[in-house]
This record gives sequence, C-alpha cells and structure tokens, in this order.
Amino acid sequence: MITKTYQLDTLTCPSCTMKIEGALKRTKGVKEYEVLYNSSRTRVTFDETVVESEDIQNIIERLGFKVLGEK
Amino acid sequence: MKMSKGQRVVLAGILIAISFILKRTALDLWVANVFMISAAVVAGLPIMKNAISAARYRIIGIDALVSLAVIGAMFLAEYWEAAAVTFLFMFGDYLESKTIEKTRSSIKSLLDLAPDTARVIRDGVEVEVSPDEVIKGDMVIVKPGEKISIDGTIVEGNAYINQAAITGESIPVSREEDDTVFSGTIIESGYLKIRADRVGEDTTFARILQMVEEAQDKKAKTQKFLEVFSRYYTPAIIVLAALLFLVTKDLVLSLTLLVIACPGALVISTPVSIVAGIGNGAKHGVLIKGGEIMENLGKIDVLAFDKTGTLTEGKPKVTNVKAFEMDEDELLQIAAIGESYSEHPLARAIIAASEEKFGELNEAPEESEIITGQGLKVKVRGKTYLIGNRKLMAENGVTVTGEEETYIESEEEHGQTVVIVSSLEKMLGSISIADTVREDAKQLIKNLKAQGIKKVVMLTGDNKRAAAAISKELGIDEYYAELLPEGKVKALETLQEKFGATAMVGDGVNDAPALASADLGIAIGGAGTDVAMETADVVLMSDEIKRLSYAIGLSRATVKNMKQNIYFAIIVAGALLAGVLAKVVFLSSGMLIHEISVLLVIINAVRLLGYGEKGRTRKVLYD
Repeated sequence: MITKTYQLDTLTCPSCTMKIEGALKRTKGVKEYEVLYNSSRTRVTFDETVVESEDIQNIIERLGFKVLGEK
Repeated sequence: MKMSKGQRVVLAGILIAISFILKRTALDLWVANVFMISAAVVAGLPIMKNAISAARYRIIGIDALVSLAVIGAMFLAEYWEAAAVTFLFMFGDYLESKTIEKTRSSIKSLLDLAPDTARVIRDGVEVEVSPDEVIKGDMVIVKPGEKISIDGTIVEGNAYINQAAITGESIPVSREEDDTVFSGTIIESGYLKIRADRVGEDTTFARILQMVEEAQDKKAKTQKFLEVFSRYYTPAIIVLAALLFLVTKDLVLSLTLLVIACPGALVISTPVSIVAGIGNGAKHGVLIKGGEIMENLGKIDVLAFDKTGTLTEGKPKVTNVKAFEMDEDELLQIAAIGESYSEHPLARAIIAASEEKFGELNEAPEESEIITGQGLKVKVRGKTYLIGNRKLMAENGVTVTGEEETYIESEEEHGQTVVIVSSLEKMLGSISIADTVREDAKQLIKNLKAQGIKKVVMLTGDNKRAAAAISKELGIDEYYAELLPEGKVKALETLQEKFGATAMVGDGVNDAPALASADLGIAIGGAGTDVAMETADVVLMSDEIKRLSYAIGLSRATVKNMKQNIYFAIIVAGALLAGVLAKVVFLSSGMLIHEISVLLVIINAVRLLGYGEKGRTRKVLYD
C-alpha cells in the first residue's frame, strides 16, 4: 500500500473534485483518496500490486485534468 | 487536434463573430450557420469528452449537463444558443482559473520563498549544493542578499536578517554569534557562518509550508454543508427538467434548466474565501490551520492568556535591590556568588544582574546546600547566608521585622517576586525580581475589547499578588493564580461553561494541555517551539502578541466574505431558477449569468488578500 500525491492543473470548479473522487472510488486497488481543491492536488493511497500509479494518472487525465507531477 | 483552452476560446469567439457578420450581411444564412456550428464544436468538444469519460464512472457533472443542452439546442436548430453556451462555458472556465490563482497567490508566494541553493564547507572548500544535500552539522556560509537554507546556530559573524518568511515582519533583526537563525530568511547585510541544526523538511520554514498547505484544504463546516447540498441540488434540477419536459413538452425550457443546474458560485463560495484568508494570515506570520478554525476564531467570546512567556517576556529580571545592613551592591554580589550553582530562573536573574554590573563572577560559595521549595544555605567569604523565601526564614528562626515585612508585601503587590537574603540571625536585605510585561500586551488587550471579546482572563502559576498587579496593569478582567497545568485546564472548563467559546493563548512551553483542551489553542512565538506549532490551532509565528487582534479581525473578515458569497450565490441561483421558469432567461443568458456569478464570487474573495494592508484594518494591526 503506498500513498502518492498528484499535482494537477489548477482546479477551478469544486464539482471537479467530486468527479475525481467518484472515479477513484470505482477504481480497484484504491484504498483512500482525497482531492485537495485549493492546492489542486489529489492524494491517493493504493495497492500497487493491483493498480499502478500510471493507471491512476490516466484516470485523472481522462476526466480532463492534467497531471503535472507526482510525489 | 490538440488545442489549449485559451486557443479554443479564441477560435470559437472568432467563428461566432464571422457567423454574425455573415448573418448581418445576409449573404447566406446557411454558411453563417455552418460557422456557428463549428464554433459550438470547437468549444464543445472538450466539454463533451470530459462528460463522456465522467459518465463511464457514472458521474454527472456540469459538463454532462452542458453537453446535453448543446445537443438539444442543435436538435432545435438553435445554433447561436449552442455556440454561445459552449463559448461562455469555456471562456468562464478560463477566466475563473486565472482569477482563482489570484486567491491562492499569497500561499504561492510563500512557497517561492523556499531556499534553492546552499553554500557549505566540504573538505575545507566552499561548495554550492541543493538545500536537500546539506547534512546536520554542516557549516553553511551565507552572504548578503542570500537566503539561509537551514535552521542553525551562528558560529561566526553577524548580520541583519529579514525574517518575513517566518514571522511576517520584514524589518530586519540583528543576529550574532550563538543566536539561532531560520531557513527561508534573508541576510540583508553582514556575513554568517552557521552550523546546521535542522535541515530540509525538518526546518521551521518547511514545516510552516506544510501546515499552510494542509490548512488550505481543511474544510470549513459551511463548506461541507454546501457540498452535501450541491450533491442533491444537481440531480434534483435534472429531475425537475425531465418532469417539466414531460408536462409542458417545452424542450428549450428544460434544457435551460439543465444549464443552471450546477450551483457553481455556491460551491465555490467558501473555499475561495478560506484560501485567501489563510494566505493573508500566512503572509503576516499567522498560521490558521483550516477553514473550521477560521470560522471559530472569529466567534471566540473569552480569551485566556498564560502569563509567563505570553503576556510577559518569560525572562525574569532583577528590578530592585534593598539592603538593610550593608551596601546594596555587596548584597547583590553575595547573593549571586551564593546562587552560582543554581539553575533556578530566579537565581539566573540574580547572577545576570550581578554580572551586568560587576563583570563575570569568578568566585564560588565555599559551601552550598539547596533546600527544595525554600532556597539556599550558603557560605560566602567565610560567612553563612540564607537566600530564599519567607518559609526559609521561618524554618531557620530568622526574624523578619514588621517594617521589613511591609516592604516585602508592597513589592509583591507591584508584581515582584522577592528573594530574601539573611544571616543566620536576621534579614540583611532583599532582591525583587519581575518578568517584564510585553510592550504590546496592553495595547492588545485594549484592541481585543474594542473588537468585542467578552472576557480577557489570565491563568498563571504565579502568586496572587503578582497576578493581581499584572492584571491591573494590563486591564485584564479576571485572573486565576497559583495554578498547576491541570488547574489551567479546569479553569478553562469553568470559563467555557460561564461565558462560552474560550480560546487559550500560550507559548506552548508548559501549557500544551491547556492549548489542546480549549475550544481553540493559540500559540505565540511559534517559530522555535515545536510543541506549540503542532498542538495549537492558530500559531503566531513571531512573539509580537498584538498580531492576535489582527488574526481575529482577519477571521471575521474571512467569515463575512464567505457569507457575502453564499448569500449572493443563493440569490443568483434563485433568480436564475425563477427567470428560467418565467421564460425570461434562456440557454445563453442563463450560462452568462452563471459564469458571471462565479467570477464575482472569486473576485470578492480576492479582496480579502488586501486585509490588514490599509485603512482601519491597518490601525488594528499596527497601533
């Protein structure tokens, strides 16, 4: 289980956070998630044997939010 | 085709303009429509793409609603409406992202203060490395104009340092050998060689940054409520739109409802105010750890202050020496020699006073015995002395005359702690010691009362007479004296019951339990004391205590700003709904009003960044 924080392009509408959270909720292997609206980040705790960091980035990007970096 | 948001907005705008010109010149309506449709496609494609990918996770966001509305408009051959809705949506989004960055700019500017290089001595040679590569114990060299990259102790040199990054105060302070300095601060003049005590993520500056970063996303209660509300609002409007269509068969009306179904301004109303408020605080050296704390700080009824180290400087000093038998200087010297092995704060004060007057002590007592809770029995220059409190005198059968007792009491009534010096038979004199009251404490308490704080209270472990004296000097309403740390917690409970929301203000040294148990814990002089920074809800980084009234003012301004945003958003949402149902608001105008309201809410929040910079607010801060 690891936790990663993804820096996203500036989040503008708070409803975006719901979108990202909704998608992560339905992603297998994701244990915990939190979208930090003001700092435009997403913090995800996931099981790296089930899902890879790259997959998570792809999911977020497909929703229309550019991932600028991970930590 | 890859295009940025900005490019899409511009292109869609141009296409719409061309279409209008074509329509006006009435050359060919069909060609004009083609341009309009292409505008809708250019601006609408990314919206639709997002909507589809979101739908895959069974999420209906505003882009789904807008997409539906656009498809509907196309179907009805309302090309202008379709193009306008998508264009306004994209353009609004673009402007919002620009202005919203502004609300976050204070915090961002703090991040930019992080040091990027460090000059260290490795194998006797000066080398430049990244601050992450500095190791504890390294010697770091800093020159004028450069940033200190570690927390450390000065081993060589002196300098004027701008500590704004930590304390919010940009007037430079002088630092010399053995002083501590902080990462993120800038040397204005001078030169320093510093031993690194804390590096990287452990530095005070790095921890402040981390706390601010976390604070900005700790949601206010209002925000949580609004999020729940919007979770129901959107689906409710969709259902309403569907019902309306079934009943009236009016597609335009139903589509318009969809466009206004996302309460954008309402959901955004709180986070933008909070982030601007927290950013403003951080810039002024006040750390407010989250939205809920921001809301509570403004609603505090009672402020309870710890005395030592909070209202006072925490450094006791000798204020008066009285000798009945010998010369006052001699008495002080004897006492200092007698106390020279003691670590007690009062002893330190006596030694410091003597050293200041007569230079470094180079004598030691021939004999020394500590009597716990009373004082010392020492032999200095062949004679035996007792140095301590009344109890010590009583136990040893030393007579204190009525006149002497009156003197001691009058000193205590002036907030002094009195150390008695005697021979084995009689009192020889006394030394009065007091902690200096902070210069800005009196002004702060005046400001707090002007701000409508119901009660200002002092909690202290010190004796009643001293507590009474300081309370009177500062204009404090009530005091609780002779308290142990648990006693402070109890006193807080009583205050909470009697007067309501109570905040505890302390320096975190021995009041951490009280800070944690109050409705709100406020620590002052946070830069340097870790416990205080961790336990407190609000941290004043510098020890300029008057910033507390600025902090309270800021939190009230933030809450007020938030409320303005919420009321405005609710009025707009209500008006839009009414307007749509009354058929005066259509797709494009609905979208226009929606986007403008979101922008206005953000702009209102940006105003908060100016709090404390001018006018009346400045007075509260700097008087």
